[in-house]
Amino acid sequence: MPANQTVKSIVEQVRSGKLTAVTAAHACLERTRTIAQKLNSHLHFDEAAALAEAAAADLRIKTIGADKLPLAGVPVLVKDNICVRGSKTTCGSKMLENYVATYDASVIKRLREAGAFVVGKMNMDEFAMGSSNENSAFGAVRNPWNLEYVPGGSSGGSAAAVAARLAPVALGSDTGGSIRQPASFCGIVGLKPTYGSVSRSGLVAFGSSLDQIGPLTTTVEDAAMMMDVLAGLDASDSTSVKHPQSGFAKALLENPEALKGMTIGIPEEFFESGLDAEVGSCLERAIADVQKAGAKIKRVRLPNISYSVAAYYVIATAEASANLARFDGVRYGHRTQGANLNLKDLYRKSRNEGFGREVKQRIMLGTFVLSSGYYDAFYSKANKVRELISRDFAAAFDSGVDLLLTPTSPTPPFKLGEKLSDPLAMYLSDICTIGVNLAGLPGISVPCGRTKAGLPVGMQLIAPKFNELTLLTGAHAYERATEWHKDQPPL
Amino acid sequence: MNAPLNGTKTSRPSEAAGNKPQEATVLDRYEPVIGLEVHCQLKTRTKLFCGCSTAFGGLPNHNTCQICLGHPGVLPVLNSEAVNFAIRFALAIGADIHETSVFARKQYFYPDLPKGYQITQFDLPYCTGGTMTLASGKTVRLMRAHLEEDAGKNVHGDESSYVDLNRAGVPLVEIVSQPDIRTPEDAADYLKRLRSLVRSLDICDGNLEEGSFRCDANISIRPKGQEQLGTRCEIKNLNSFRNIERAIKYEILRQADVLDHGQKVIQQTMLFDAASGKTQAMRSKEESHDYRYFPEPDLLPLRIDAARIERQRQVLPELPEAMSKRFQEKHGLSAYDAAVLTSDKDLANFYEAVVARVAGAVTEKIVANWVTSEYLREVNNRSWDLTSPPITSDHLGELIALIGKGVISGRIAKTLFEEMAEKGPGKGAMAMVEEQGLLQVSDSSEIRGVIAKVLDSNPGQLAEYLGGRDKLFGFFVGQTMKVSGGKMNPQLVNDVLKELLDARRQG
Repeated sequence: MPANQTVKSIVEQVRSGKLTAVTAAHACLERTRTIAQKLNSHLHFDEAAALAEAAAADLRIKTIGADKLPLAGVPVLVKDNICVRGSKTTCGSKMLENYVATYDASVIKRLREAGAFVVGKMNMDEFAMGSSNENSAFGAVRNPWNLEYVPGGSSGGSAAAVAARLAPVALGSDTGGSIRQPASFCGIVGLKPTYGSVSRSGLVAFGSSLDQIGPLTTTVEDAAMMMDVLAGLDASDSTSVKHPQSGFAKALLENPEALKGMTIGIPEEFFESGLDAEVGSCLERAIADVQKAGAKIKRVRLPNISYSVAAYYVIATAEASANLARFDGVRYGHRTQGANLNLKDLYRKSRNEGFGREVKQRIMLGTFVLSSGYYDAFYSKANKVRELISRDFAAAFDSGVDLLLTPTSPTPPFKLGEKLSDPLAMYLSDICTIGVNLAGLPGISVPCGRTKAGLPVGMQLIAPKFNELTLLTGAHAYERATEWHKDQPPL
Repeated sequence: MNAPLNGTKTSRPSEAAGNKPQEATVLDRYEPVIGLEVHCQLKTRTKLFCGCSTAFGGLPNHNTCQICLGHPGVLPVLNSEAVNFAIRFALAIGADIHETSVFARKQYFYPDLPKGYQITQFDLPYCTGGTMTLASGKTVRLMRAHLEEDAGKNVHGDESSYVDLNRAGVPLVEIVSQPDIRTPEDAADYLKRLRSLVRSLDICDGNLEEGSFRCDANISIRPKGQEQLGTRCEIKNLNSFRNIERAIKYEILRQADVLDHGQKVIQQTMLFDAASGKTQAMRSKEESHDYRYFPEPDLLPLRIDAARIERQRQVLPELPEAMSKRFQEKHGLSAYDAAVLTSDKDLANFYEAVVARVAGAVTEKIVANWVTSEYLREVNNRSWDLTSPPITSDHLGELIALIGKGVISGRIAKTLFEEMAEKGPGKGAMAMVEEQGLLQVSDSSEIRGVIAKVLDSNPGQLAEYLGGRDKLFGFFVGQTMKVSGGKMNPQLVNDVLKELLDARRQG
């Protein structure tokens, strides 16, 4: 894979006959062979299967015509919590080490229909629980900008691989920042669409009311092309909604200077305490760049946002404790080897052996907050806080703000192992992204600078529900005005 | 896996002493308070949240897919037919249907529960209220009904346990009564009426053995006149109306015995053992589950608007109560006959089909007698399925009509019916009559000859009769019918006999 290929460039070359899906796959695989091991980005890398998929894509391109396929010949990496039929779907867990998915997630079907194909399944924090990708049962992922640093999480494998240009795009999932934060740490673009706009069918659930699938790409335009295909009503997901907008990629071309005349809100809470100085200066420059691109800047407040991490760790763990109950060793997944076990021991041992530490911790938290006598104090209260946070965002947008601008993460990438002993510090690394999930809003992280050590820093833009057009055109206008997205890690 | 339910015995204190309290004396002192929970399997074609078949039987785990097996990443999609069935039930009992209701996850670990939680409705069910009126005149209020998915089945072998998930995800309506019932008989009647109702609504086949209609009973007793309720026990595993009555009776006596010995009833779940006729503790409240209910995030709140309710009201069939009233008015039946005939939708349809076939040859009352006595007896003895009985309404109608037309007597008709039940209907009643030469004799000269012979061959009885023993009239009728093999028209026999005897008295 030539290091400068994007989703857009591949589609253009396939359309002009200069490239086939199979040659794109070969390029991808070649680069992956040499680099993936350094990053530990891939969990399943089956060259024969990838080439077979590419050949099927070529057949489709030949039959239907590349012009009618918005993602003709595009190789896609898939986070390993999204089901691809016939392929292992481990969720980064020993529990599902040998689980082979028996059906395709709805997003996989949509991608294939659009001419794209799957070239690998990506490492992740176990069941998407983590912010550093150190919680994978199959080893931590490394940041391609510096192998001693974490790539962020939980979509760490997806982000590291796209940053290393092992493929132009990867699918991730975002429950509290799991697309945007690793995108920020790896210097690429990560889009979390509005809750309900992309089907969750086939995404192994973590926090069902928060989870959303989205793309990790090297450009905003690629993210828009992906959104064109991923968004859509799906009968197999009752929470999916027909997106009122469409034609995202086209809108970017038609309105390249969308920031002109926009009002960008700066929520002061994200710039007050706890923000890393280097991240802070990158963000100051980004705000200045946004202004230069023609946007007005307005300071706003989100009074309840400081409660977002607390509310999130109640709601997400409550849902997770139920979602992960099905992994009991009875029908599939890890079952303990012991003989003559009674039922309780079968459950206990299978789950104790199959789940990692962080997952167990969150299941216990979630079980606790739903317990009789604690439900009102925790779960009900957290949902009230969630409502207040949603209202804070709505009020900010109602005050004449088109987009909100925040850091994606309060810190730059940290060293492997640095925060493992301090779970609270780890949880706080999602402080800028979690509110967006609680409110169901779309958010995007775009590169906006580098630290002195050369590590990427990302900026987050947030839009009102179902307004990905404003989000993507704004992010695209910023990207055009800056060069950060062009930087590539020194591999 | 070992069988997970380790029953702990709670014996009645007096069992050791060997003196059981008597039902009558117990009911003098205590008032039972009974509430019933019924799980009705809805006969939708597919499961509540996936497209799998709901058919009973079949190879284990055959009717399953990723969704009802609880595979990673699957999501539930609500079956709208099940919602419509549930609405029809709510309309039939006069319940309040809520515009918004919410599905919730009820969490517990068990191998027959693939997701580790059951999707059900908890604090916001789709309907509340409604009533059922019993034969005793008592009105039972309903607390609520809600939609939920069924679990699968664990099958325990000698050394291993097996799981069959064909039933997992089949739609259920759980119907919860208020604790308004006071006697085991009313409890059984309530259940029979509920079953009859859901069957006539055509939303549940009401099969207790196959488990499509399941009942749990909550029972407590309190000293007569006391306002405060006693501690209740729940009895599960009640799979026939008879067992329901037995179990409740036993449980009332057990609790009375506990109280009589100065002990406290422990709140616990009991299983009824039909073989011993006793209830046995399954688990006590202390070990009971904390189900950790919370709203199901994968489903939006269920919205039922007025237009949808109206559409379901339009397709409601005639309900048992209304049908019973109509049978009394239109067919001139007693309340009892009407109640028996309308207790089952298929039986009611059968009766009306026979009435149509008979076309006025006999009265509707006579048809009702035939259906409720002769026919129902064979249905019960031979376990006929009323949806496709071997003796159809045509067969029975033809037979009964022959009585009305004077072709055969009622006695012959009964013999023929028994023969049909035994050997099958063959070519029908008329063909049997002809083949067996059973045509009723209505020729008065032939009858006259037979009677003359009967009188001549019983001179003693004749002399007594002529001497004033009028009762012997019946003897001569019987003899005449016997000689003729029951073929003579009984009315004509009566008339001619009277004429001849009168003549001899005068002569």
